[in-house]
Amino acid sequence: MSKHDTPMMDDLEKGPWPSFVSDLKRQAAKSPQCWDILGQMEQSYKDKITHWKHGGIVGVFGYGGGIVGRYSDLPDKFPGVAHFHTVRLNQPSSKFYTTEILRKLCDLWEKRGSGMTNFHGSTGDLVLLGTKTDELEPLFYDLTHDLNWDLGGSGSNLRTPANCIGKSRCEWACYDTDAVCYAMTMKYQDEIHRPAFPYKFKFKFSGCPNDCVAAIARSDLAVIGTWRDAIRINQAEVKNYISGANKPNGGAHSKGSKFDIQKEVISLCPTGCMWMEGDTLKIDDAECTRCMHCLNVMPKALRPGTDQGATIMMGAKAPILDGAQLATMIYPFIKLDAENEFEGLVEIIEKVWDWWMENGKNRERLGETMQRISLPVFLRVLEVEPIPQHVKEPRSNPYVFWREEEVEGGWERDVKEFRKRNAM
Amino acid sequence: MGYDPQNPMKDRITDIGPPHYEGMMPKVINENRGKWLYHEIVQPGVLKHVSETGAECYTVRVGSARLLSVEFLRETCDIADKFCDGHVRWTTRNNIEFITDSEAKMKAMVEDLKGRGNRFPVGGTGASVSNVVHTQGWIHCHTPATDASGVVKAVMDALFDHFVSMDLPAKCKVALACCLNMCGAVHCSDIAILGIHRKPPMVDHDAITGVCELPLAIAACPLGAVKPHTAKNSAGEEVKTVKVNAERCMFCGNCYTMCPAMPLADPEGDGIAILVGGKVSNSRKGTAFSKLVIPFLPNNPPRWPEVVDTVKGILETWAKNANKYERIGEWAERIGWEKFFELTKIPFTEKSVDDYRLAYDTWRTTTQFKFTSHTK
Repeated sequence: MSKHDTPMMDDLEKGPWPSFVSDLKRQAAKSPQCWDILGQMEQSYKDKITHWKHGGIVGVFGYGGGIVGRYSDLPDKFPGVAHFHTVRLNQPSSKFYTTEILRKLCDLWEKRGSGMTNFHGSTGDLVLLGTKTDELEPLFYDLTHDLNWDLGGSGSNLRTPANCIGKSRCEWACYDTDAVCYAMTMKYQDEIHRPAFPYKFKFKFSGCPNDCVAAIARSDLAVIGTWRDAIRINQAEVKNYISGANKPNGGAHSKGSKFDIQKEVISLCPTGCMWMEGDTLKIDDAECTRCMHCLNVMPKALRPGTDQGATIMMGAKAPILDGAQLATMIYPFIKLDAENEFEGLVEIIEKVWDWWMENGKNRERLGETMQRISLPVFLRVLEVEPIPQHVKEPRSNPYVFWREEEVEGGWERDVKEFRKRNAM
Repeated sequence: MGYDPQNPMKDRITDIGPPHYEGMMPKVINENRGKWLYHEIVQPGVLKHVSETGAECYTVRVGSARLLSVEFLRETCDIADKFCDGHVRWTTRNNIEFITDSEAKMKAMVEDLKGRGNRFPVGGTGASVSNVVHTQGWIHCHTPATDASGVVKAVMDALFDHFVSMDLPAKCKVALACCLNMCGAVHCSDIAILGIHRKPPMVDHDAITGVCELPLAIAACPLGAVKPHTAKNSAGEEVKTVKVNAERCMFCGNCYTMCPAMPLADPEGDGIAILVGGKVSNSRKGTAFSKLVIPFLPNNPPRWPEVVDTVKGILETWAKNANKYERIGEWAERIGWEKFFELTKIPFTEKSVDDYRLAYDTWRTTTQFKFTSHTK
């Protein structure tokens, strides 16, 4: 493996943004297969097409996920990447690391793989990019024995759960996302490592409706922090925003005119539930839908209420196949309590899985099963009473699927008796 | 010791999960969990969080390429050892965050990072372009319609000034997915760069028998365009295979995912679509999908100039015209999409009129619209 001529790759070393090309070249001094990564990339840039083959089932004994097989379609030209499998490591909650564990991982990956990584994959895993089949078992052994670290999910498994930073460093988090994510990850190790579902299933945990981990768009089961009492107001700090002593939006705007609470907060409230009485800010909390805008703009003055928990939403996914879906609100509010090991959440998860594993078709995400079988049926399965919060608006067609037991006298009728009263 | 290939199940450890987060976190985080009072952005890329205990922490946010070498990670560790007591984290959007408990260390760190070439750009906070969430592309994926890392590099080189400053009306999240599978989940981004195919799959009658389960390949098509078929392979043998009704194909590539004998990638057919106006946050108007405004731009490596110019054009038109706090989708909705197309000078085509499932939901069913250059 030696250096290839890569003029197009080299062009991507210029410019102010960090260059993955410079980084690959830097690593190539220790991991010569990086020259072949660059060589194959250059080939793709010339040919405008990928040079990775389709699939290849590889893994470690006893697991059905965590490793994704990958082979080059130009193995003779680029032998360093002939086998180039991906290893998914389950990232720690909110992606904190000690340098001690990272350095050990660096040493291990330089020994057992290409030295290239993704921090992180889209689902959240720490991705080790590129190794040979023979290295997988030794890598897994060292990973579990020396680093006490396990693989994440792939395939029709529970995918590696992910969370926002939550209460660990955010004043808006309404539950401890790190704790819940870790607890669910540990409880469902079997579901992460051994495929038993119709298709992938994702959990994501966001501490507030700002949803920094995009749970509402990307997870089959989204746990999004919220509160159900009054927003806490510090009126002295409200005055400091109005006077200009506090910078609005936490100082997120480097330009703009003087802060105008009417224009920037009150008028942008989607429910119009805020107003000023003299220099006191008033909120009609019963009308508030907890959109977060006012809290975002005045973080020193406004905080979520103290009766905190989470809204549970289900069925989000990217477009393949029936089109993209955002998650549907199912449980308006649940408490998340570490003392009972988040029992309420566990009960919901297991009810959904039981139903989906029985009713979901092969490669059908939960959101698609929900659409196919309908929200009323899904709510009935979960024993959730339908409430107006489940819909944006009531249906506009009259085609109700009445069930026989709902109709007085049932559906059994005698047409002859009918004709006696109503002739043809 | 270590792994013994003769005895692979010896001392096997499984199902231990990730390292516990508390062991990974710095002291100031573990001591103040649940006690944070507020935060402010002290300069672009630097957050200050204040706890009710009086403790403070400073976070220096740094953009990264996501595709990182262990040599780079070691340098990252050096920085974290020097300023952050040996801790570092990453955000959902591929930024590195260095957290320290004093302003002096923060300032020294920011100075230090400036001396490390283009490797550690500080920014991505507040009303800025945040780092791009993206997929693998040609570096590692078997189904892409475009590259990921190279397109992102070219786009972020062009938008760099907006990453290191906070001069936009609101935050802008750019995301890239290199095919419709959307591992990058770009369907709710302010600006989505999406790899698309435009040629229907070919059928490799020589390979299909060995690598495909035909019923799965047939069932994979959401439009019923893949049908059972009998054909001759190149050895002249009759084989059970499939055929594709090209007129019904919407180029989703799901058949190729299920059947490697149905490749559809193509240098001329593949390229990039641009979608805008999506949003994940529930603030103000709530969530929104990204909408397709440009159906196709060619793959033009190494710097995809058509894509870069388009993204920059949309961003700058929005920056010039939107109200404070208005994300791209909120702005487009307020002024009307007809005005969006007029202001951005993006030609409107039939490709932006939905004809898939639930299409009717996007058709205009009111006499309220604006007269623009489009109405002649």
